[in-house]
Amino acid sequence: MAQFDVIYLGGGPAGYVGALRSAQLGHNVAVVEREGLGGTCVLWGCIPAKALLEAASIAQKVAKGKEFGVTAEKVTLDYGVAMKRSRAVSAQNSKGVEFLFKKNKITWLKGTGVLGPNKSVKVTGADGKAETHTAGKAVVIATGSRVKGLPQIGLELNKTTILSSDEALVLEKAPATMAVIGAGAVGCEFADVFHAFGTKVTLLEVMPRILPLEDEDCSAELAKAFKKRGITVVTGAKLGTVKAGKGGVTIPVEANGEKQEMTFDQVLVAAGRAPNIENIGLKEAGIQTTERGFIKVNDRLETTVKGVYAIGDVAGPPMLAHKGQREGHVVAEIIAGVHHHPVNYGNIPNATYCHPEVASIGLTEAQCKEKGLKYKVGKFPFSANGRARTSGETEGFVKVIKDEKFGEILGAHIIGAHATELIHEFAVARENEFTVEEIDLAIHAHPTLSEAIAEAVLDSMGKMLHA
Amino acid sequence: MATKVFMEALSPTMEEGRLVKWLKNEGDAVKSGDLLAEVETDKAVMELSARGDGILRKRMIEEGTTAAVGSLVGIIASADEDIASLVGGATAAPTSAALTAPVVAAPAAAAPAVAAPAAPAPAAPSAPAGRVIASPLARRLAGDQGVDLGGLQGSGPGGRIVKRDIEAAMAGGAPKAQAPSTGRVASAGSRLPSPVSGEEYHDEPLTQIRKTIARRLAESIGPIPTFYLTAEFDLARAAEMRAAAAELGDAYKFSFNDLILKATATALSQHPEVNAHWLGDRIRYFNTVHLGMAVATDDGLIVPVIFNAEQKRMSEISAESKALAKKARERKLKPEEFTGSTFSVSNLGMMQIEQFTAIINPPEAGILAIGAIEDRVVVAPDGGFAIRKKLRVTMSCDHRVIDGAVGAKFLQTLRRLIENPLLLVF
Repeated sequence: MAQFDVIYLGGGPAGYVGALRSAQLGHNVAVVEREGLGGTCVLWGCIPAKALLEAASIAQKVAKGKEFGVTAEKVTLDYGVAMKRSRAVSAQNSKGVEFLFKKNKITWLKGTGVLGPNKSVKVTGADGKAETHTAGKAVVIATGSRVKGLPQIGLELNKTTILSSDEALVLEKAPATMAVIGAGAVGCEFADVFHAFGTKVTLLEVMPRILPLEDEDCSAELAKAFKKRGITVVTGAKLGTVKAGKGGVTIPVEANGEKQEMTFDQVLVAAGRAPNIENIGLKEAGIQTTERGFIKVNDRLETTVKGVYAIGDVAGPPMLAHKGQREGHVVAEIIAGVHHHPVNYGNIPNATYCHPEVASIGLTEAQCKEKGLKYKVGKFPFSANGRARTSGETEGFVKVIKDEKFGEILGAHIIGAHATELIHEFAVARENEFTVEEIDLAIHAHPTLSEAIAEAVLDSMGKMLHA
Repeated sequence: MATKVFMEALSPTMEEGRLVKWLKNEGDAVKSGDLLAEVETDKAVMELSARGDGILRKRMIEEGTTAAVGSLVGIIASADEDIASLVGGATAAPTSAALTAPVVAAPAAAAPAVAAPAAPAPAAPSAPAGRVIASPLARRLAGDQGVDLGGLQGSGPGGRIVKRDIEAAMAGGAPKAQAPSTGRVASAGSRLPSPVSGEEYHDEPLTQIRKTIARRLAESIGPIPTFYLTAEFDLARAAEMRAAAAELGDAYKFSFNDLILKATATALSQHPEVNAHWLGDRIRYFNTVHLGMAVATDDGLIVPVIFNAEQKRMSEISAESKALAKKARERKLKPEEFTGSTFSVSNLGMMQIEQFTAIINPPEAGILAIGAIEDRVVVAPDGGFAIRKKLRVTMSCDHRVIDGAVGAKFLQTLRRLIENPLLLVF
């Protein structure tokens, strides 16, 4: 039994960043985490997936090497090796968080935590021993989310033929054929990875387009790029009841008025995640959840029980590591009673790391239309950008949507190489309420991909120079 | 701590001022509130006063030089303070003061908003002529909507004014705004006044038909769709009354113009539908009459205001109009004396103009143009001829606010009052 100022339940991006900030503000902090530090992001999500995508990128580049005068012969692709490297990168990052905990004198309570009365948490270790700790100031729930299958159509995750991203990340070898169900960020990224490692990939999406939350222009551009590379993309797909047998998994698919049965070696279910609200004593503590199963919080991230806060995936969408990190940062300041800026939920970037990359911030064009906003679109293709030509990465474009009258940057959408890095020029601009004019006035180095941003902005003002 | 002396907006419409005369020398001790210089604005010669204590260390511009509002014109500091960085390289270069002034940061944005609330009283704390910290977007919105950034407290990092602050100010909440000034809202230009109704007026949102009328008519003719109504009034009884009053002694003398002003104020109080401002999204109907009277000066036209004219007796209106006209010709009017009118009158009768049309002074909805009083031959009631004193007035009406029949009804009332001036006693 120990006494802390703040106890974080969960050591993922939201929890560990909150813990670091709390410690920085002088609090005695503990984090309850049963697995490694860093959570889904570091262990089962962002980090290992990006390591694999880098492998995919190298594979694509090697295949194109000949045009650059670099010929590689007898190229072999080994998913197992890429997987092991990605695991090593994950472990390294997790160790990094451990180091930061030590440096900031944060206690890692290894085990599973359950909320008790009066800001207490009962932690049960792997050996079954339980101990109760109390927090003088606050308990913060940051238990995250997990992959979910689609049992309603027979896609019950079975770890052999019907996989979630968790299993895909530790496969020893890439299958010959694979269906990826769900063409959100996770689905598109894994489709990209497995295709690069020689798998015949079919991407199945119920919605009429892939990356359905992104701007329609980006969805169309990515679908074009995927198809060109040989990934089968089926959108508006209705899936029948799935049969999983020894010879693979058979899925009845109805799309474009056609019905067919498709059989794959493996199926990767990348359709949605569920918040982890079970077995942490929510009900007993009197903490309410929303209709969609997230923990209900007010604008100070406090739950319906005073002194208990919730952050990250479990506190509601968007389920993104950087949204959770920011909430962790802010909740620590709220608990410490120091000045804080509320989380700006309207300015959270989205990033998908497939090739070409897709990144966005703010409103899509469809959302602008829906809201009845008067807007102007500026667009610049990377095919007209010098730097993109030098690297042979000319797919995609920058699209900026500005308020017609005041030049406010309503939304920005980038598809192309390094889009996930480029998007932050817009993030900074929007956070500071710069208009398109300030972006234009800032001198962009030549030759860079960032020039495409400046040109898109010029286009929105009717002054594009290079296309 | 040095105090920078800026060219201030001494009238609501002032964009630059000519420093006529320095009233302090370099090296003179000054206290907050002391007069530093005389500045000629677009309307009058005003006084620029000190906003800090110390010694006037530097005059940045010479007498006779014109400087933009917000530009640095002098430095007040303690005797030993290093002011080199403030003075910069701009020693008395006549116009470069504007360039070196650190006031307005954003290039494109609403520069004049910086100095704003305009009340010349040194007490106004909300007019720090210093740097206003605001996002580029906030500056644009404020510039477009006429929101005064100087009067807002920002809610962004470090007190930065951001979009939500402008939106809050426009929604009328202006939660963190320090009220720019008490008293009446300056109406020069159609700067957005607060949308709440007050004792002096009530606002009415536009009905659909008003919106359509406004849009269609503005498309057809200029931004203010104006039409004109001309009427001829008989002044026989007014002349009798004037002669009778004059017999009672100098204290009772009044001019025809005084009578017209008095009658107009009385008629307006009975026709608030004419005594109104067009504010873009609504019409403001005033419960009191602030009557503008156009005065020609050597420098041009200025319209001082007789406030609460409908409550004033003929002798008061007579005295006040004389005093205002004199001040106007001497360029001594204060801004609060020529802003805030609800309706205006322009008289060219003394210049033998039979009739004319006057230009509406927005956001007002109407103006009366008074012609010369002349003897005219008319058909007498018995069918013969008679000679009568006649006066032609022409009312310019903003059709978005005043429809033809509404304006005509107002003129009917005015006719009744001028042709039967005894009614003004009631």
